[in-house]
Amino acid sequence: MSATSRTETVAMLTKLTREMRATILEMITQAASGHPGGSLSAIDFIAALFTTRLKHDPKNPSWVDRDRFILSKGHAVPALYVTLAHQGYFDAKLLPTLRQLGSPLQGHPVNRFMTACEAPTGSLGQGLSVAQGIALAGKLDGKSYKTFCLMGDGEIQEGQVWEAAMSAAKFKLDNLVAIVDWNGGQIDGSITEVMPSLEPVVAKFEAFGWDVKEIDGHDFNAILDAIAWADGAGDKPKCIVSRTVKGKGVSFVEHPTKYHGAALSKDELAKALAELKEAK
Amino acid sequence: MSTIKPIATRQAFGEALAAIGATHPEVVVLDADLSKSTKSELFAKKFPERFIQMGIAEQNMLGVAAGLGLSGKIPFACSFACFIAGRFETIKISVAYAGSPVRIVGTHAGVGIGEDGYSQMGLEDIGLMRVLPEMVVLQPADDVETAAMVRWLVEESKAPAYLRLTRQNVRRVHAEGWTWTPGKMDVLREGTDVAIIASGGPVMNALDAAEELAKSGLSVAVANLSSIKPLDAAGIEALSRKVKLIVTVEDHNVLTGAGSAVAEVVASLKGAHARVHRHGVMDTFGESGTPESLYDKHRLDAKGIAAVVREQLAD
Repeated sequence: MSATSRTETVAMLTKLTREMRATILEMITQAASGHPGGSLSAIDFIAALFTTRLKHDPKNPSWVDRDRFILSKGHAVPALYVTLAHQGYFDAKLLPTLRQLGSPLQGHPVNRFMTACEAPTGSLGQGLSVAQGIALAGKLDGKSYKTFCLMGDGEIQEGQVWEAAMSAAKFKLDNLVAIVDWNGGQIDGSITEVMPSLEPVVAKFEAFGWDVKEIDGHDFNAILDAIAWADGAGDKPKCIVSRTVKGKGVSFVEHPTKYHGAALSKDELAKALAELKEAK
Repeated sequence: MSTIKPIATRQAFGEALAAIGATHPEVVVLDADLSKSTKSELFAKKFPERFIQMGIAEQNMLGVAAGLGLSGKIPFACSFACFIAGRFETIKISVAYAGSPVRIVGTHAGVGIGEDGYSQMGLEDIGLMRVLPEMVVLQPADDVETAAMVRWLVEESKAPAYLRLTRQNVRRVHAEGWTWTPGKMDVLREGTDVAIIASGGPVMNALDAAEELAKSGLSVAVANLSSIKPLDAAGIEALSRKVKLIVTVEDHNVLTGAGSAVAEVVASLKGAHARVHRHGVMDTFGESGTPESLYDKHRLDAKGIAAVVREQLAD
């Protein structure tokens, strides 16, 4: 990032993620199934992380010293695929094959279909444990890579997440970064309706021994600051609570439940694409 | 009969792991607050820096082991078979589907654990593990076989694997100089009337039952089915062509266990073959009692196994 100013980076990300949002919605409509809401809430963080921070090699996805990114809320995988294609892991022509028989673009991430997915996810609550194992191996081997794990707010209702939160602090995994994409919605309702006592989430992670930072997950300056913060000193694992909007970027998709797991119709897609075009 | 002191396969496991740790720095061992019982403490004492105490949190242990396995380590994740089986979905996705070479070790298999009762008995674990594609499922009959399996899991196999071990002591059933062949059933005793295919703790009792039955003129083969997956279909077929009755014996629910695996093979055979009777814990819950009284009740001791064979021949 040295040669590029922060303003330029933010402008680049703003433009890039607008295009990515369009591609994500196109992919999901083409597949006639998928999860637009959580993909659009998470894309800003994922795109910023891959384009400005991750040390990785798209030509050698199993490079042993790479930074790892695990999308534990696997249903948001269109956001990951569009980012991986942009980074050069595979030809963007494959993106419309999402969820089709024979495609490496499975409906949820699977490492055996695509190495860069790192692990199979989508059975919620499992990613942070796997990420922790990878981070622990890095510590044992004296490696400097970092492991990032993005979870959903609904997802962290799973008990395994808190088992993992507890042990990550025990092992002082300062090379592990959890991101909670807090978009406020899950299938059966808003978080406030389904599990209001999930808050205060910041205090929960702090009580489990993590350093926590809360940000506006659609503000690229805040995202870039948080990524830099996670690289900072301290022997605790880091958690970024990224407050986002489900379906962010398209007015009528912004809803806590409506587009959690429903593809846009062709007409809705046309409207969404027009809106994203105007938004520049 | 062997003069070697009987030991539990969990003990043999702990000793083998502690030995192989010295030459394999990539071996790491995780436990969920049961290291004294699973015997992973034998490794922990020797290699504390490679022993990872996860606390009472088995699903997280399995997930962390999966991550370690995806990063070049050979992780052994140890707990009681029952607690392992309870974390099935984490095993299904984070271990098996991920293709991570986690060595899941489930000790305290079956009713053979005795007094602690059903909540501590692994009686469904074989079924749950063998239903996962690519998962290796192993159950040794004695100490030497356990050691051979540990070596193979460290030095040869890269697949996710499940190793099922006894709490109770078992007698050595293998002769001096025997070597384990991965994926093969081993025939411990030849016979032409009946074949007992046994797995795990009851294998030694099956041998004694065969001896007992021989006194009444029955020629009984005994095979040790220690590799439940991959399964030695050719070996099972060969036995089924030789005898008229196969009785499978295991300390596991008779549904979905090693016996079911045998029956699945035999059911598909064309031509004349043996009938299969599956014997084990007959789809009931376990309960408290001494290991001996439970093996008597469930007819997994030599007397019980011999009686089951006689009944099946009389039918």
